[in-house]
Amino acid sequence: MSRLNDANQVLAKEIIGRYPKARSATIPLLHVAQQQDGYVTMDAIAHIAELVGATSAEVLGTCTFYEMFKMQPVGKYLINICTTMSCALLGAEQLVEHAEQRLGIKAGGTTPDGLFTLERAECQAACTEAPCLQANYRYRYRVSPEQLDQFLDDLADGALDAEIPPHGVVARVRQSIPVDRAVGAVPPDSVNEPPVWMSA
Amino acid sequence: MSSYDWAPGFIDDGDRPQIVSSRFRYEDGHTLERFLATGGYAGLKAALARTPVQVHEEVKTATILGRGGAGFPAGTKWGLCPTEVWPRYLVVNGDESEPGTYKDRLLMERDPHQLIEGCLIACYAAGLSQCFLYIRGEMALAQERVATALNEAYAAGYIGRNILSSKFSVDIVLHWGAGAYVVGEETALIESLEGNRGMPRLKPPFFPAAIGLYGKPTIVNNVETLANLPWLLTHSAAEYTAIGTATSPGTRMVAVSGHVNRPGVFEIINGTTTFRELLYGDEFCQGIRNDNELKAFVPGGGSAPWFLPDQLDLPFEAKLVGAAGSMLGSGAVMVMDETTDIPAAAFTLTRFYAHESCGKCVPCREGGTWLERIMKRLADGVGTESDLDQLFEIGQTICPGPFPHAASARLGLEAAPFPFKMTTICFVGPSAYTSVHSAVTLFRSEFEARLIKRKLIPVSVGATDDNH
Repeated sequence: MSRLNDANQVLAKEIIGRYPKARSATIPLLHVAQQQDGYVTMDAIAHIAELVGATSAEVLGTCTFYEMFKMQPVGKYLINICTTMSCALLGAEQLVEHAEQRLGIKAGGTTPDGLFTLERAECQAACTEAPCLQANYRYRYRVSPEQLDQFLDDLADGALDAEIPPHGVVARVRQSIPVDRAVGAVPPDSVNEPPVWMSA
Repeated sequence: MSSYDWAPGFIDDGDRPQIVSSRFRYEDGHTLERFLATGGYAGLKAALARTPVQVHEEVKTATILGRGGAGFPAGTKWGLCPTEVWPRYLVVNGDESEPGTYKDRLLMERDPHQLIEGCLIACYAAGLSQCFLYIRGEMALAQERVATALNEAYAAGYIGRNILSSKFSVDIVLHWGAGAYVVGEETALIESLEGNRGMPRLKPPFFPAAIGLYGKPTIVNNVETLANLPWLLTHSAAEYTAIGTATSPGTRMVAVSGHVNRPGVFEIINGTTTFRELLYGDEFCQGIRNDNELKAFVPGGGSAPWFLPDQLDLPFEAKLVGAAGSMLGSGAVMVMDETTDIPAAAFTLTRFYAHESCGKCVPCREGGTWLERIMKRLADGVGTESDLDQLFEIGQTICPGPFPHAASARLGLEAAPFPFKMTTICFVGPSAYTSVHSAVTLFRSEFEARLIKRKLIPVSVGATDDNH
């Protein structure tokens, strides 16, 4: 579909500039692409490959390794219900079943209105707050089936728009390194001496 | 007050030293303003007043054990860099995803400046010229909090060129992951940071301190490990080692989840706190839910062999836990009460590791998947006697020889100590087998009770293909 737009190209170049080698920016740029389109398109992969100096196949290889990158459109809200041990001990499977019935889809599917994609997820690092889920990577803790219903209603009504951005947006705050403070990245092979404070 | 709305899961009952969680009590503990008002960046200033060698010595003397899972002392790790090769890098492992583990996310969300200060101290002491802070992709809030903190710290002159008007200059770059458990392994983390599929590198070299990011010496440290450094620099190695035991000094963040009355994350004293205190103590989890009996618990994250009530009196000390047949790993205890369906519970972990295998080593890629399928059959009640044997056979291809497990008075079983041999590059393979081995060894009767009892139909002597 689409390559990175002008604003995202500027952002991409800024991100690439932070790394000693451009290839290191691959995963952050895939996130930028997913934020732009809601999923990662083949055109975006080709564009990222150009920007970081890799082949499209290499970028595609990286992209498909990671769980978060979707190669097809998903719902506006990606609901990840954790089903690993701590959550499973406290009713995660029942929560998945409840969500499946409520949304009328199996885990892995998307509702016909394109609003929700439901997934079983692996451990989300909220084990003491089991069972937990994430909607577009925002947490809900100790979720009962009734709370899940309410939560899905609120999402559909737009009541949580301020807290939970559409799929593709992970962090809404980006790092920006001020030019006058930046040390700057240099190619790793261009230096072979200790940094100045070590030789003092 | 024992818990805070803004720090879900964290409980600070009791009168214990707080080395890394001291700012969790403030709702705005993540801001620069609060950080500076509570002694923030004093550790950095103390470090800059000394030489890098002196700071490194202090960290070595304190023997801060790595909090990621392997427990290797941080100061020693820094010392493994070759002296003639530059530049050196710091990679912060914030890819917390071990089942049961919930501490690094809290540290990043609640006190990001403390982590940044720890990174700066490490860079100064070990001569690391750039720092990459790798945060797990799924942790949106942690990414936002750390990004905000980095922006504040750059603006205030704590990061970047000539920090606090000294000769020390370093950039900290926030890097997002994208969801892969195996990336928590340090060489896979480096591969991921180079823009590749996150597969562990072949060893040797065993430490990226020799050859790491871009082939240069690289220190990979866990978030909690680095979060200890500011306290250490404003206090001293002597004060640090006065807490805990000689072999396990300081404190540890431990998450206890599952069937306890009060699951939570606690900063406990290392080396002395016992599992019984942790599970039943008033200031900790306050016992098993509904006054049920404890059936089993996982002492150190999904990769650790399981313990039984027999092991409750062991302290949180790596050597003792190792001799008893398990490990402390990443500080995650998962508790199962008497109502637990053991085959089903173990299956959730088998599925996890089968799903998270990167596919590089055959024993893990194939073995993990086979273990998952067989465990599913056994949990669903459609397994056969030979499935149980097959599990052990697959286990032997991943970990040849004896595999660690706990002692059991009930079964008359002696402990098999940690560690094990392995045929895979990293610990994902053995971890896939761990829960299987523990569950089947310690609770075999539960598996046997739901086997399908079928008579085997003997093949008649002299049968040919024509008979079929």
